[in-house]
Amino acid sequence: MNNIAQLENIKARLTSRAGLLRSLRSFFDNHGFIEVNTPTVISAPAPEEFIEAPQTGDKFLRTSPELEMKCLLAAGYEKIYQIGSCFRAGEYGKRHRPEFTMLEWYETKADYNQLLDFTAAMLKTAVHELCGSTKINYSSHCIDFSLTPETITVNDAYKKFAGISVEQAIEQNIFDEIMVDQIEPNLGLDRMTFLKDYPADRAALAKLNESNGHCYAERWELYLGGLEIANAYSELTDIDEQHQRFTTAARQRQKNGLSPYPEANDFFAAMEHGLPESSGCALGIDRLLMAITDADDIAQTCFPN
Amino acid sequence: MYSASDLRKGLKVEIDGDPWVITDFDFCKPGKGTALYRCKMKNMIAGNTMDRTFRPSDKIGKPSLEAREMYYSYSEGDFLVFSDAETYEEMRISKEFMGKNFYFLIEDSLCEILLFNNQAIEITLPTFIEKEIIETEPGARGNTATNITKPANFDNGYEIQVPIFINQGDVIKIDTRTGEYAERVSKA
Repeated sequence: MNNIAQLENIKARLTSRAGLLRSLRSFFDNHGFIEVNTPTVISAPAPEEFIEAPQTGDKFLRTSPELEMKCLLAAGYEKIYQIGSCFRAGEYGKRHRPEFTMLEWYETKADYNQLLDFTAAMLKTAVHELCGSTKINYSSHCIDFSLTPETITVNDAYKKFAGISVEQAIEQNIFDEIMVDQIEPNLGLDRMTFLKDYPADRAALAKLNESNGHCYAERWELYLGGLEIANAYSELTDIDEQHQRFTTAARQRQKNGLSPYPEANDFFAAMEHGLPESSGCALGIDRLLMAITDADDIAQTCFPN
Repeated sequence: MYSASDLRKGLKVEIDGDPWVITDFDFCKPGKGTALYRCKMKNMIAGNTMDRTFRPSDKIGKPSLEAREMYYSYSEGDFLVFSDAETYEEMRISKEFMGKNFYFLIEDSLCEILLFNNQAIEITLPTFIEKEIIETEPGARGNTATNITKPANFDNGYEIQVPIFINQGDVIKIDTRTGEYAERVSKA
């Protein structure tokens, strides 16, 4: 569906989109980041149990620029960001599109807590520049970006909102259902909420923290009005652990009937060279625009397709 | 069988031996988690609703549904007899199943009957039908207002609200979806 009337209807949102990107770029520039562009068509996506890269010829459309940007970190780039299209096969809904715009950035010598503060400051600035106020109305919630963000651990959120421990939820194989039905709708209702410290088996490429007797992944997700906006880690830098996670994910994919990806040789060569201590975040631009412009469907935030 | 990725609004599925229609659908996927296909569905026989969430590996039954065009022929005791528009094969449907639709059935009118495992579960009548009013208070001559109504009866005992200018013997058009008066067709 794509006609002139539709394009006329989304003019205000596309204008906001341009303003948002301008503001974000300027924030990164002011903080010493450089903008990079890595390939959209890649040979070897990171194997993930639940994310499928669309195939094009004998290559793939990237699901995120993560592996390529980490090669840049290994090569000595310290603060980098990228804005571009990413692709996920079969993801189609009010909050998902098979093609979407991702903002992804990495900073060396920073952990996920420093990244959290940076993200909160950046969004406060961007919203203020775009809206002339730090407040937005999204999905009947008034969200104020000048309020100190709320942080809640995954453990506490499951206890508070679902009355179940994370361990029980994982054991009963209902972790995702509870997340979607009972946790997410309660997050980011009047300010930014960061849900942090994920169970180890939801670590993806995050570093594990095993202090204080329990093990969790140094990972957070940002929510606005119940909508997941961004995902961040203290990056895993241990090559053996990295190999193991890819092998586990590849095995799981095979179990789910998904075809295997080629080995990510360039990425492992970079890991071998040495990935510096760093943290990184992936933020959905279309989702952020949904919240800022109070759109109930992600399709309202981009060119109809 | 359907895969979870086939699910969408309007799709009819079979669960625990009953046909269900999906009335609302959303694709969800928590960060790094599994895709979840969340459905609101309505039981096509009992009318009750439920929420059900499916995962990508789930398989969902495909109901054996068939829509047939049939003419209403005649009533026989507690049953109504329809005949297939193409094959003339007869089918008996209970008056109880018809509910209010029973009063809007006219001989030889073409209906659509939805069958689940060869049993009727839904009947759609022609959108408009015409009936004669056999009993009502005398009409208020000259009053053409349609928002002031009075009760009137069909020959089969159904009571309907009609504008006050309608007289006994008038033929009116009824919207079978709502069971309400639509317009006057002819005067007595």
